[in-house]
Amino acid sequence: MIDIGDLRVRFGEVEAVKGVSFHVARGAAFGMVGESGSGKSTVLRALSGLNPDWSGRVTIDGVAMTPRRGRDFYRRVQMVFQDPYGSLHPRQTVDRALSEPLLVHGIGDIDRRIRAALAEVALPAAARFRYPHQLSGGQRQRVAIARALMSEPEVLLLDEPTSALDVSVQAEVLNLLADLQARRDLTYVMVSHNLAVIAHLCPMIGVMQGGEMVEQIGVDDLRAGRTKHPHTAELRALSTELEEA
Amino acid sequence: MLVEIDNLSIAFPSPTGDSLAVRGVSLKLGAEKLGIVGESGSGKSLTARSILKLLPPQAKVAADRLTFDGIDVLRAGEATMRGIRGRRAGLIMQDPKFSLNPVMTAGEQIAEAWRAHKKGSQRQARAAAIELLDQVRIRDPKRVAGAYPHELSGGMGQRVMIAMMLAPDPEMLIADEPTSALDATVQAEILRLMEDLVARRGMALILISHDLPLVSHFCDRVAVMYAGRVVEELSAAGLAQATHPYTRGLLDCMPTLSHPKPRLPVLARDPAWLT
Amino acid sequence: MSDTPLSLRDWLLTDTPESRRQAAWGRLYRLWRDFRGNGLAMAGLITVILLIVLSLAAPLLATHDPATQNLANRLAKPSAAHWLGTDELGRDVYSRLLFGGRVTLGMVVAVVLLVAPLGLVIGCVAGYVGGAADRILMRVTDVFLAFPRLILALAFVAAIKPGVTSAIAAIALTAWPPYARLARAETLTIRNTDYIAAVRITGASGLRIILRHVVPMCIGSLVVRVTLDMSSIILTAAALGFLGMGAQPPSPEWGSMIATARRFILEQWWVPTIPGIAIFVASLAFNLLGDGLRDVLDPKQR
Repeated sequence: MIDIGDLRVRFGEVEAVKGVSFHVARGAAFGMVGESGSGKSTVLRALSGLNPDWSGRVTIDGVAMTPRRGRDFYRRVQMVFQDPYGSLHPRQTVDRALSEPLLVHGIGDIDRRIRAALAEVALPAAARFRYPHQLSGGQRQRVAIARALMSEPEVLLLDEPTSALDVSVQAEVLNLLADLQARRDLTYVMVSHNLAVIAHLCPMIGVMQGGEMVEQIGVDDLRAGRTKHPHTAELRALSTELEEA
Repeated sequence: MLVEIDNLSIAFPSPTGDSLAVRGVSLKLGAEKLGIVGESGSGKSLTARSILKLLPPQAKVAADRLTFDGIDVLRAGEATMRGIRGRRAGLIMQDPKFSLNPVMTAGEQIAEAWRAHKKGSQRQARAAAIELLDQVRIRDPKRVAGAYPHELSGGMGQRVMIAMMLAPDPEMLIADEPTSALDATVQAEILRLMEDLVARRGMALILISHDLPLVSHFCDRVAVMYAGRVVEELSAAGLAQATHPYTRGLLDCMPTLSHPKPRLPVLARDPAWLT
Repeated sequence: MSDTPLSLRDWLLTDTPESRRQAAWGRLYRLWRDFRGNGLAMAGLITVILLIVLSLAAPLLATHDPATQNLANRLAKPSAAHWLGTDELGRDVYSRLLFGGRVTLGMVVAVVLLVAPLGLVIGCVAGYVGGAADRILMRVTDVFLAFPRLILALAFVAAIKPGVTSAIAAIALTAWPPYARLARAETLTIRNTDYIAAVRITGASGLRIILRHVVPMCIGSLVVRVTLDMSSIILTAAALGFLGMGAQPPSPEWGSMIATARRFILEQWWVPTIPGIAIFVASLAFNLLGDGLRDVLDPKQR
């Protein structure tokens, strides 16, 4: 579904992503883990078309992508952002946020679709006409997920979707993401600094360090400690160390 | 006992009457490491900050007892509190980017903190600043002393912040989510550094965090807060034996590497926990 | 909505609005509740409304024809016949003040209606599109900003012909650059937020993003700036009138009323002072209103 080859992104003099390649099959979930500045979010932004200054090969469903994307692309690929407080327009109700993708793509039947979307992410129908500040963090992230699903995309890009949430809410959102993927056969590319979160959702994980993908590892190998790169081993050790406590 | 809190409650006025953010919390702290864990809005930061009287002005505080080394914090004036804050108890906040002065070098800021309490000369202060930077294990203290906050990484900035707080030789440190803006590798280093400093100087530490396993790893005791109450107080080693359903729920709902779960258990909030 | 068992207030303040309209009214009501708590701002608002009502109702409230001269009774003191006295041509000052309010406040409203949308659009486009468009638009803005407002307006009016219309055009010409600057600055911060990125991800066009998502965020601070600017627009209009470049006699306008009466300031002080007080009250009222609006609308101040 997604094929990326030798992706490079420059910010002025600095090369933030230095030749990253990976492949994600349809209906699969690929995770990228790394520390801040490792380039993991930059890869996601290049993939989403938000940052057009990249070079290399990006194909989605066999179609090579150009830096500028058309409306069709955005119907098929959607994104969920890290901070649910910042990704919803503060002056727009949930209803407005959810209807926007439908209006942009000229999809009709708005009322029914919004009600269905709210039900799908387990939000009460009463939340429909609330403003973001009237919702909790978890509810906001549910709205953001519902918005991404409005145009019925095939690919969902997840940029640290739970790291601004409390752990109990994180569990609910992760479960929701797992359910949605199963129900809609979505392809996920997820970015997080939390190895356990990534491993929970993604069977295949790419470890990023200094703009390079130093290792791609299956989740079973990771859990069993069969790592090849020292950075992967270090991240794994830090994550398990706390679990043993 | 360095800190004694008995039946503390903190309320904020709202259009529909006062809303209680902290309800009847009691804690005691000696020269040890206490972790306060809870979700956002559980009142963990407010509880810790009340010891330094660093609360929003509209907050209404009441307690049967709230003392720092025998000083009644509730009745203490600003002058007394200034003698405690910074001098006898330091506060380390989440993001060093916002707590360091952007137009002063790291060295100047530490030297200023040192001079404010030790009354030495400029030169002594500068030497003390470099000594402190060395204590927080910065490899090249001279260079870092001359650097401005924006030239420092997150972990470096947090070390500078800790060095600043150590300058007056405090008896207690309050660390409010000191590592949640940092990467996992840096986080571990900073926590180990704090653990080491606290042990060496015989200080008390209050570590506030939302991360239960992390806190229990580094503290002697853990207080779990929920909706303004301490629902459970445990020794860190006894975390696995936690009995309160909220504590258990928090532990269970985290994804882990070592024990994969096909589906994460969701925390069912019992209204009875509020009473 | 009165058929619901709820009171109007509950309907507005509910946490679970049932329609888009109810949510929007609820937000407005909350803003109004905040605004109402500010005494000075309320005083400003009431004064502004009062001035507008008085001006609109001028034909009903005026005791005399504002243009009728009576040279036998010039520069009269305030009396029962002429509540605020008469001017140098024996015209009733009270009536001229009412009709003058129409001209002066009308000019202000016209200027604002011209300037605010223009500045808003230029600023938002410059800020959102960036690059060459930004540089060109902002340099043009800078050129207009570089001239003192009154002098540019004077030159403009002098080049065409003095009158209310050219005064409006002249003030508008000099008043838009600060709005463009303000809107651009706001847009630059809004442009990089996640919620704009989220709209871009839906595939919305640039124009749609600017009009539906960026502009609504800028309007709050723009409204504040406009109300604060009203007073200076009034003063500029008055100054143009005073210099004979604004409304032409015999049309009453507060600025020109002072201008023609300034010779009598020592002997018959009330003749120039009364329109001066009107200008002062109107400016102050707009300023108080703007301050109050800022407290309510500008999120940075909260």
